[in-house]
Amino acid sequence: MADASAHVVRRARRLRPLAWLALAALLALAIALALGSVGIAPDELVAVLLGGGDALHQTLVLELRLPRALAAFGTGALLALAGALMQILLRNPLADPYVLGLSGGASVAALLAMLAGWSLVLVSGAAFIGALASTLIVFGLAHGTGSWTPTRLLLTGVVMAAGWGALISFLLAVSPVEQLPGMLYWLMGDMAYAGSPWPVLSVAVISLLVVTPLGRTLNVLARGSLQAGALGVAVRPLEWTLYLLASLLTAVAVTTAGSVGFVGLMVPHMLRLRLGNDQRLILPASLLAGGTLLTLADTLARTLIAPQQLPVGVITALLGVPSFLYLLSRSR
Amino acid sequence: MAISEPLIETLEARDLVIDVPGRTGGRPLYLRIAPGERWGVLGPNGAGKTTLMHTLAGLRAPRSGEVRLGGTPLSRLKRRALARRLGIVFQAHHDDFPATVRETALIGRHPFIAPWQQEGAEDIARAEAALERLDLTHLAERELSTLSGGERQRVSLATLLTQAPRFWLADEPTNHLDLHHQVAVMELLAEQADRGCGVVMCLHDLNLAARWCSHLLLLYPDGEACWGEASSMLVPAALEGLYGQALTTAMVDGAPVFVPRR
Repeated sequence: MADASAHVVRRARRLRPLAWLALAALLALAIALALGSVGIAPDELVAVLLGGGDALHQTLVLELRLPRALAAFGTGALLALAGALMQILLRNPLADPYVLGLSGGASVAALLAMLAGWSLVLVSGAAFIGALASTLIVFGLAHGTGSWTPTRLLLTGVVMAAGWGALISFLLAVSPVEQLPGMLYWLMGDMAYAGSPWPVLSVAVISLLVVTPLGRTLNVLARGSLQAGALGVAVRPLEWTLYLLASLLTAVAVTTAGSVGFVGLMVPHMLRLRLGNDQRLILPASLLAGGTLLTLADTLARTLIAPQQLPVGVITALLGVPSFLYLLSRSR
Repeated sequence: MAISEPLIETLEARDLVIDVPGRTGGRPLYLRIAPGERWGVLGPNGAGKTTLMHTLAGLRAPRSGEVRLGGTPLSRLKRRALARRLGIVFQAHHDDFPATVRETALIGRHPFIAPWQQEGAEDIARAEAALERLDLTHLAERELSTLSGGERQRVSLATLLTQAPRFWLADEPTNHLDLHHQVAVMELLAEQADRGCGVVMCLHDLNLAARWCSHLLLLYPDGEACWGEASSMLVPAALEGLYGQALTTAMVDGAPVFVPRR
């Protein structure tokens, strides 16, 4: 009897933080809808969402702010989830979605597309292809002659990222001056490029459905590949799945918003400091917290020095770095 | 007509040469570890004890030959099915992420729980019992990173006890342990053998091996090996040759005690 109730308590301990994070996510979305060039009061916002309210407010909220807020939420969710998965894959709490050179590949392709004068849609498409190409190159090289270790994958990815970095500098150096601001905004991450929010949101939901049953297995994988193998985990197929899934999530996120930094590194890490390392909690929590962070950051990015907009990546870093350092210094 | 099918489940090494980097030859091993037997693996550093353990656990491919569990080659068993019947305590731990002692014991139940299921009351009860057995109940909520080496070692054993496989592989199970806990762990392994488990352990302590092992496998650095019942293997000359170390032998409580000579 006591055991059964302990079981219920354990489950509740997982659900409570998720409930709080879901509430925070809704709040962040509401703030994103209410703030902007025209402020909208809470009661007015409710009226608009229910299909009534002022016609101007209707257009502002439903056609401009809502898609952008949802796109920011979805992008942040994907980046944080990709970060959490990469950290388990590489058994390194400091890994992030970009550590394996993904954003580098995406950036080089996107900058080339901009230089060629392609439209926004094609730039996004090029970024997606660049990210996946980088993934395959790193994976193929790290696979090498068969010995495939997290360390080797990490090193290959870091070196590839450095190579992409050099190419990015080269492209910036030779690009016409009038194109530089657009390029720099893309490199720092900018929700102004985001089109429809549905690709990121649907990928976020699907990937959550894919990783949720894997949660306990990932807990075991976090103990190292030998221990995981000894406890019945088919390590190699699982690692491939993680790698491809995290790469895909990152590619979709980068395609939507350029390379937004810090979310994928900080969100899972901050959650682990507070909530422990049960992936069944950390993965959905990362999704919610990452979405919340990027929604808030994007709201700040478009309101701080309005009518000017800031790249959202600048805000995530400015918000994230001090709060991360604070949490880290307070943890044991 | 000989009885060819084993009536009892055994862990067998057939014509097994382990894959130690930089070693060419090596005597093929024919081992048959039966329930109730307590095998000790002795050998100097670098003789391949850990490699042998990983190979017996199916975590590392042999250079040649095969390992069979209940007559089936390990390579033909699904990892999950294997993990229900065979478990291992590793010498090195990878605690890159935070985890509590209780969570760590509980992962021993992983091979028994379906992906969509949560740990149930029975799983938790088994983990708690294992923690109790290894004197860890008072540390259950502690982070692994705050434990001493010996405490961490006992957590690994608690995980294996929670897993409760038929075959136990333990790579230096007494590592970092104080005298009392060394004896307690050897008692635990002997108790598992009495309950019908097959136990294989790598040891550096000849005296623990002499007192607790029913069979011994001596691994030499050049790949030579010999094995048999403990009483026939505990020959001072053979042990001196194994370690390149002169020994003095005495009898205490009916078991030989080996002391290195200066």
